[in-house]
Amino acid sequence: MEPQAKIETKDLNLFYGTFHALTDVNIRIPARAVTAIIGPSGCGKSTLLRCFNRMNDLVEHTQVTGRIAIDDQNILEPQTDLIALRRKVGMVFQRPNVFSLSIYNNLKFGLRIHGMLSRRNEIRQSVRTGLEQVGLWDDLKDKLSANAHTLTLEQQQRLCIARVLILRPDIILLDEPCSALDPIATLRVEELLRVLCKDYTLVIVTHNMQQAARVSDFTGFMYLGRLVEFADTQKIFTNPAEQLTEDYIRGSFG
Amino acid sequence: MNGAKLRQQIAFSVLGAITLLIVVPIILVILYIIINGAGSITWQFLTQAPRNGMKAGGIFPAIVGTILLVVGTMLFALPLGVLSAIYLVEYARDDLFTRMIKLSVVNLSGIPSIVYGLFGFTAFVLLLHFGTSLLAGSLTLGIMSLPVIITASKEALESVPLTYREISLSLGATKWQTIRYCVLPYAIPGILTGTVLSLSRAAGETAPILFTVAAFYLPRLPHSAFDQVMALPYHLYVIATQVPNIPLSISFATALVLIALVFLMNLVSIILRAHYRKKRLW
Repeated sequence: MEPQAKIETKDLNLFYGTFHALTDVNIRIPARAVTAIIGPSGCGKSTLLRCFNRMNDLVEHTQVTGRIAIDDQNILEPQTDLIALRRKVGMVFQRPNVFSLSIYNNLKFGLRIHGMLSRRNEIRQSVRTGLEQVGLWDDLKDKLSANAHTLTLEQQQRLCIARVLILRPDIILLDEPCSALDPIATLRVEELLRVLCKDYTLVIVTHNMQQAARVSDFTGFMYLGRLVEFADTQKIFTNPAEQLTEDYIRGSFG
Repeated sequence: MNGAKLRQQIAFSVLGAITLLIVVPIILVILYIIINGAGSITWQFLTQAPRNGMKAGGIFPAIVGTILLVVGTMLFALPLGVLSAIYLVEYARDDLFTRMIKLSVVNLSGIPSIVYGLFGFTAFVLLLHFGTSLLAGSLTLGIMSLPVIITASKEALESVPLTYREISLSLGATKWQTIRYCVLPYAIPGILTGTVLSLSRAAGETAPILFTVAAFYLPRLPHSAFDQVMALPYHLYVIATQVPNIPLSISFATALVLIALVFLMNLVSIILRAHYRKKRLW
């Protein structure tokens, strides 16, 4: 049975000026699962990810055509509420980009901009829940006022995930979230993603094929701005339908 | 020692000597002023109005006048400069209009200060009927200070990493929230530096205040923004050129006070900068 699609694109095309970055992408990303997007550098996987929270809007001369439906709502409509969209679709970046603020204020930031600041003990509760969800509470509960830059990179990246979680999103986009981390930290963050996918829809862009194989339920392979193949991760890695996918997975190019 | 090492030594010595050469005149000027002026600095000199054809008494009204002018300049130029820098960096598209604004900012900083003085006289004193007043002088100095404040603020804003804006927006912040919480706090040290730099220039300028505010002799404090004031640089010019038989030490003491005032402003900016920089790690 086809699982329910959380994100669905229809004939999605994207141009940066005259550069055709995405061509006719049709993808159905299932809810409450980890979907990995793999492909060589410059294939458009990050660009695709940034379509889902309309971060590409920030790049001048970007033109998008087609349809991106999240919960059957076309987010490319001009009247889309970007603030609500980005709260619902959180994003974690490649570098652990914590603000140069205390751990507490890093988490409070999102609450503040969304007018979710309530009573002090409710904020504390949100902060605690957020840190617990990413497994940082026990380590950090006594140093919430420390500058977030004093944490290890792994902790910083977990904090970035907590910063997204605290806004209670549906979808979390992760743009190569482990590329700044060492192998052991990478494995631990991947474990976290496996836990989170019980409640959230995760989309992870990675150029690390082993990571895609370990962490994802579904995998899409992109090449030169096109989605070449999309299937169960197991199928992609054992029995891909396309020759191109097989060549990439075997390491013939990319 | 081989050739490369020797050449390295020579280059190092030459560069060091030239750098030293730059510092020497500054130190000499300051020393010269201190040696000649420090003796005349007394409590009376700092707190009393000039007397006896400005040959005796103090320079209190000129000190107050200069401080008021600096404050007035800041009140006018700081918000205008910072806000336009925010517009230019965060909002403006790179089109003909923006480029024209940027070009005029650059050109504005190249205009001789006497031209600002004449402009201020025509625009504020005559056209807007402010008269020769603190208001007209502050506005004139403010316009003169704008280019430096705008340029420094622009650079400070541009040096805040783009990723800060990106994260903030990705968390659903509006553009203004992003600027308010993620950009401005980190740009403040740079903005402060530029502002103080331009204000200390303004404090020492004579030409722009010549026709717009400065009083030749006014041994009392101003009553309102529409009053004239004495100012240190103009007072210095007056006693050095217009008053015969005045003890030279009074001129030097006046210069020393002016320099001390500028140093004090720079000191405040250094302290503020250090305070804000503690927060900034990237």
